[in-house]
Amino acid sequence: MCTYDTETVELEGSAKGPAGWFPVTRAAVYVDHPHHAPFGHTLNIDFADPALGPSARVAVELTEEAARALVAAITAALDHAPAGLASGSTRV
Amino acid sequence: MSDAIRAETVYIGDEKIQAYQAVPLGAGPFPGVVVIHHLPGFDESTKEMVRRFAVNGYLAICPNLFWREAPGAAPDDASAFVRGQGGIPDEQIIADVRTAAAALRGASSHNGKVGVIGHCSGGRQALLVSAALPSGVIDAAVDCYGAFALEPPPAASGLKMTSIKDRLGDLSCPVLGLFGDDDGNPAPAEVDRLAAILAEHGKQFERHSYEGAGHGFFAPDRPGYRPQAAVDGWKRIFAFFDRHLGGKRLEV
Repeated sequence: MCTYDTETVELEGSAKGPAGWFPVTRAAVYVDHPHHAPFGHTLNIDFADPALGPSARVAVELTEEAARALVAAITAALDHAPAGLASGSTRV
Repeated sequence: MSDAIRAETVYIGDEKIQAYQAVPLGAGPFPGVVVIHHLPGFDESTKEMVRRFAVNGYLAICPNLFWREAPGAAPDDASAFVRGQGGIPDEQIIADVRTAAAALRGASSHNGKVGVIGHCSGGRQALLVSAALPSGVIDAAVDCYGAFALEPPPAASGLKMTSIKDRLGDLSCPVLGLFGDDDGNPAPAEVDRLAAILAEHGKQFERHSYEGAGHGFFAPDRPGYRPQAAVDGWKRIFAFFDRHLGGKRLEV
């Protein structure tokens, strides 16, 4: 089935795509058919900067287990670092 | 006689939108088919369908529905970009399919008949354009597991598409619907509702659903491919289009 459900989140950061690094301003997160991963459905994330056009995109397609493990790993990494160290408002 | 075809990217209509076209090289006359690509875009498997129609005696064309938003982008990038923007407005799709049908009718080897076929989102759009365009533009339609025909997608999708339930009374041609029993969207119960609505309107709806098949069973490059369903489905597609559009196999 196609779900068409899409969660969109505004982001601050960077990603490296085929043409090199670019600012990431948005991610689309959805469970739907993958283009490449050998599964019927996957959790897909498109890290993108729509202002730079369609090719400014880094795509990942993860199984549900992998996606949940990634969420846990992100949370753990942030929890292990000093609070606010990676915040966009922290002065360097 | 010849079974040669020519397949190429072309630019059609006043706006010169991109399309992929495949045509038999013989004199014809041949019927035409507009292939509507699925949400994953103007991709290789869709272009292969276009060539398959040509090899089987049809002038076939697939407009790149994402061309305006993502010209020149890779199909998966274009699909993600368009998805992030909420998809393509229905009226734009209707206009692009009309342009593609006109391009077919402009060919000297065309027999005057045009069918439309789509898979997944394209299945819904095959119904949409057959209802929205004036009688005589589309002569037969094939809906392969079109999702969200009767109800709009969830608000969380952010997609612009709407229900076409209220347009189905305007459907101007016979419809063949091919579905999978294991599909969750459209689930068999939704296909039952679609059949009931079309029957209420007195529309011709030939429906077949395959046991052991889910969504996307025609897609040979995806894990949901079901060869028996796909092989039988293709036979039904050609039988349906041959009957309503006057198609026949190329002779060598």
